[in-house]
Amino acid sequence: MSTDLLYTEVEEDLRSAVRRVLRDRCEVSSVLARCESDEPYDLALWRTLAGELGVAALAVPEELGGGGAGVRELAVVAEELGRAVAPVPFLGTVLATAALTAAGSADPIAEIGAGTLVTTLAVGLTTAPSAPISPAVRVEGGTLTGTVTAVVDLEVADRVLVPATGPDGTGLYIVDTADSGVGRTPVTPLDLTRRFGTLDLTGAQARLVAADATPVLRRALLTAAGVLAAEQVGLAQHSLDSTVEYVQTRYQFGRRIGSFQAVKHRLADLWSGVSTARATSRNAADALTGGDAGEAELAVALGQAYCSDLAVLAAEESLQLHGGIGMTWEHPIHLYLGRAKSAQLTFGTPERHRARIAELVDLPGV
Amino acid sequence: MTDAAELRAAVRDFLAEHDPGGDRLEFLRARFDAGLAWVNYPAGLGGRDAPRELQTVVDAEFAAAGAPDNAPSRNGIGLGMAAPTILRFGTDEQRARYLRPLWTGEEIWCQLFSEPGAGSDLAALATRAVRDGDDWVVEGQKVWTSFAHKAKWAILVARSDPDAPKHKGLSYFVCDMTDPNVEVRPLRQITGEAEFNEVFLNGVRIPDSQRLGEIGQGWQVAMGTLMNERVAIGGGNTGRESGMIGVVAREWRDDPEVRTPGAHDRLLRLWVEAEATRLTGQRLRQQLAVGTPGPEGSAVKLAFSRLNQEISGFELELLGEQGLSYEDWTQRRPETVDFTGRDPGYRYLRAKGNSIEGGTSEVLRNVIAERVLGLPPEIRTDKDVPWKELPR
Repeated sequence: MSTDLLYTEVEEDLRSAVRRVLRDRCEVSSVLARCESDEPYDLALWRTLAGELGVAALAVPEELGGGGAGVRELAVVAEELGRAVAPVPFLGTVLATAALTAAGSADPIAEIGAGTLVTTLAVGLTTAPSAPISPAVRVEGGTLTGTVTAVVDLEVADRVLVPATGPDGTGLYIVDTADSGVGRTPVTPLDLTRRFGTLDLTGAQARLVAADATPVLRRALLTAAGVLAAEQVGLAQHSLDSTVEYVQTRYQFGRRIGSFQAVKHRLADLWSGVSTARATSRNAADALTGGDAGEAELAVALGQAYCSDLAVLAAEESLQLHGGIGMTWEHPIHLYLGRAKSAQLTFGTPERHRARIAELVDLPGV
Repeated sequence: MTDAAELRAAVRDFLAEHDPGGDRLEFLRARFDAGLAWVNYPAGLGGRDAPRELQTVVDAEFAAAGAPDNAPSRNGIGLGMAAPTILRFGTDEQRARYLRPLWTGEEIWCQLFSEPGAGSDLAALATRAVRDGDDWVVEGQKVWTSFAHKAKWAILVARSDPDAPKHKGLSYFVCDMTDPNVEVRPLRQITGEAEFNEVFLNGVRIPDSQRLGEIGQGWQVAMGTLMNERVAIGGGNTGRESGMIGVVAREWRDDPEVRTPGAHDRLLRLWVEAEATRLTGQRLRQQLAVGTPGPEGSAVKLAFSRLNQEISGFELELLGEQGLSYEDWTQRRPETVDFTGRDPGYRYLRAKGNSIEGGTSEVLRNVIAERVLGLPPEIRTDKDVPWKELPR
């Protein structure tokens, strides 16, 4: 079976459903207003997306209580959430569900799937899928102690999957954030729509989910990095669309600015970049759904190496072509820019992914 | 509806009756007559009205049997541009006359579109076609004509009405390249080779029966032809590291001496872009296969041009002293453009044409901006003015 880079009808239906909910419930001005409030995340929206559309446990196999779809479908959801810079605990959920799937654990899948129990994974958000795994958390007498920085969606998480090293090796544990011995310190994020924080564990109660955390973490990071590429495509597409719309309405020198070739050519190049990003992102999602492990790793590295930079370019071009209004707080471009730039650092920078590609396809350095 | 299994069976039946090791031309003619040439063409014209993507099934079956192919690279203009145009705009007589020897390669085709004064602005062309009884008399100069020195036929756009605005006064013809009033001169390029030609049409008489489409409809016919050209450019299923990036990647692996930290990152960036562009082309073909052609062809061509130029320049830098030399400046007439089979210096120089031929990158950006993104068209001062009054 060769790689399918298109969208299936089922995927398009899923996209429409997600887009409809986001159009009604996640207007960008409300996202902006929410950023400055005490509740930067919209958990009611998340419960709708999870409970009614099933996006949270979408890619978890049915035998574990999930939706039984693949990463291809999950990636389509990510595109839509990226278009809307939706402030929901999506990425943490992707990490957690991919980890639970890799571990073969059905443990809190039902609640995650319903959107009632937010779960994330305690890995630093900048960790690349191929990075060495050496958790800072220790298992001591059955409880966990240690600190993990840059844990995504931590503020709203009810449970955290924690890789921790003890006498029996590195296992994956689950911790309830309401328990004593669990401390959470939020960090003020560059990306106002995606929150993270520091997890401090001091003798926290934990339950073992997987005896060997390493393959589980690798798979979770790889899946999340592939899904992130799709989110980046959605963000880039929105940046392009909204900019095209703007240059059609803004007049300078007696003409629509979209009639100037200097502007048209930049947007044409951006469109080409988005088309290319879409192909690489589809390739990654397809490889994660059905391909072999080596192919999936290369496809994700390629997707991240391309889509991360392209999303930043799209947001930056969008800001530039909006002129002065693009520099204001009230215009939402900065939300997209913050998301794009942060996503570029997330799960490894493009440079890290290129280095991984060099290993995978035998193009050694000096 | 024809499916893959039916086609495989048809090829097997055909091979049982025709020896793939026998006379090449006879084999190809028989393959055409059996409707196994281009399966999406109509029955009787080399095809069987099957979906276009099933062609790969047929080609693979013939290749597996060791059968000769019709050397598509020797007649790229014929197969990629002339044939679909004849199919769409030709009369029954024209289709019956031209398509079979075109497909078998017995008759090579070229195209007479561009002129010294009309490249990107093709509709400005000045070659005149004047009606004289049942004939047209054609006078003018064309340029950048590949295959002209081998061609039996050309597709030709000429101005049949200078009083009409430039897009409306054109007509489209099939021109006999062996006519003594057609003069083909090699055009030497920066590579030293004469891959293309200049063609002088010195009062060539073309019977009206060799007109394709209506008088004055030449622009629409030409646009159909050029659409097919873009599809052809986006075509061809290629594997990882095909093309220029493969050449440089192999050099990198084979010779540790060329490796530096800066070059490593440049190589990896180019590798990523090449692979991403390849996947974009693959996605485009998948869209075509399900009948929803996307405009990605323009994006692929833009990216391909830029990459080929960057990678071929990077290669010379990697090679150091060897990059200073050039294989051979002799004026030659190459059959095809083959980057991977040629020398680094040639690759560098030839790649410069990629962003000009088949639509300049600047024009392609306008096409994307206007047709895909819906941005305002360029301001046109020439649209409704009679062609003869336009400044030239």
